[in-house]
Amino acid sequence: MRHALARAAALATLTAILVVAGAGSALACGGLVTPNGTINLLKTTTLAAYHDGIEHYVTSFSFAGEGQEVGSIIPLPGVPTDVIKGGDWTLQRLVIETQPPTPRVAFFAAEDAAAGSAQVILETKVDALDITVLKGGALEVGNWAREHGYFLPPDAPEVLAFYAARSPIFLAARFNAERAAEQGVQTGQGTPIHIVIPTTNPWVPLRILTLGRKASEIVQADVFLLTDREPETLPQAVKARGFDQKQRGMIQQVSEPASGSLLRDLRSDRGMKWLPSSGMWLTYIRINEAAGQLTHDLAIDASGYGRPNPVAAGFPAAAAAQPWPVAWTLAAAIAAIALLMALTDPGLRRLAVRVLRR
Amino acid sequence: MKPGPVAALAGLAMLLVGGSLATGGAAAARPTDGSVRITIHFSHFDPDAIEVEPGQTVRFVIHNTDPIDHEFILGDEHVQLVHEEGTEAHHPPRPGEVSIPPGATVVTTYTFPVSGGSLIFGCHLPGHYAYGMRGSVTIG
Repeated sequence: MRHALARAAALATLTAILVVAGAGSALACGGLVTPNGTINLLKTTTLAAYHDGIEHYVTSFSFAGEGQEVGSIIPLPGVPTDVIKGGDWTLQRLVIETQPPTPRVAFFAAEDAAAGSAQVILETKVDALDITVLKGGALEVGNWAREHGYFLPPDAPEVLAFYAARSPIFLAARFNAERAAEQGVQTGQGTPIHIVIPTTNPWVPLRILTLGRKASEIVQADVFLLTDREPETLPQAVKARGFDQKQRGMIQQVSEPASGSLLRDLRSDRGMKWLPSSGMWLTYIRINEAAGQLTHDLAIDASGYGRPNPVAAGFPAAAAAQPWPVAWTLAAAIAAIALLMALTDPGLRRLAVRVLRR
Repeated sequence: MKPGPVAALAGLAMLLVGGSLATGGAAAARPTDGSVRITIHFSHFDPDAIEVEPGQTVRFVIHNTDPIDHEFILGDEHVQLVHEEGTEAHHPPRPGEVSIPPGATVVTTYTFPVSGGSLIFGCHLPGHYAYGMRGSVTIG
């Protein structure tokens, strides 16, 4: 196991270094916002576990090197009670559990503005990362980000509004170059963070991954879910065709009871004692989709009722669905009445017969 | 033959459908009292199509509702290209060229050529023009 973990960690690190070197940017499971506008093209890996009404969100940020200020913004479904350093091997262990032993190709494939600033509700440091949890609307969070030196691409106003309409909570993370140097953080080295969010409505942000990307660019992400029972998701993931890297969409690679060995390994990692030792369900969803198609998030219904919330997935509420314009409705009604009257009017019937005979 | 109730109802239906279709299409905006008001929202101009008279002087009042910087650059394709490749982070208030900070409303006045034709307005901050932040002015 130790060998396998080391192999997975080495692969992940190697990937980060190679791609970071090319893109001059860093891994983050959130929208990447940088002073020079560079956007990462890396695959992101996230665990969203839901147990006892609490969402545990684990993701990792990679240091992009001194002089390259990189920050990320993650929308959250609720106010976190804690943001702590994530476990050292949780994400890698999940990769080993769910992916074939030769995933090398997978790693390398593919490609109102006068409003004030957001309210800072939590500030913490995790190693060299400065983390700020913000509460505010799209304008407030956008203003805060801009005022704190984050670069926001042109789609940011719309994407922030998309999230703020559902939950006004955002987490901004940024490496502090001085602390990174003091702590000897190497370029490409990941810092996992673990966000604890009490919520009745868990969801995983996906659309934020498209921030700053062209509609045709492929977004790749691995999303692991650990829930008390088999969850229903919205949108529903499509069944995997093996590990076909060409398969596009939100692909369900694994859906099975979490193995005892997986839960044991995860529970032995830092901050993972909350995880039950048995009875959890593991779902692995691979995102491999063009940015232009990824206009939603992933809603999870872990209640067993099988009804994930469309609003949590970023879809309009049923009542807010595009209404049939009133004028069209009225016109259709009048046209139908006119047609009925025409069919029952003897004069018009005779006229129609004459026209048809010609 | 006098139009009966059927024809009247059918006519009303056509009117409503026609009216609905007409409001569905985006007609080009024209200056009112020599001014055009443009709103920037989600990195797009509204309106994004404007019609002016040859030689007309138009006052553009532009409001940025986004939390990010934008700019309004009016000119032909060459002007747009120069700005797309340029490095000016902010623009001095030249006629037809102005930066718009988040939440701000700015004004720029421009006199269109008497020869007619068409011009483009756009934002050339990184990625904005490609994102669709542009519009057209038809002269004549």
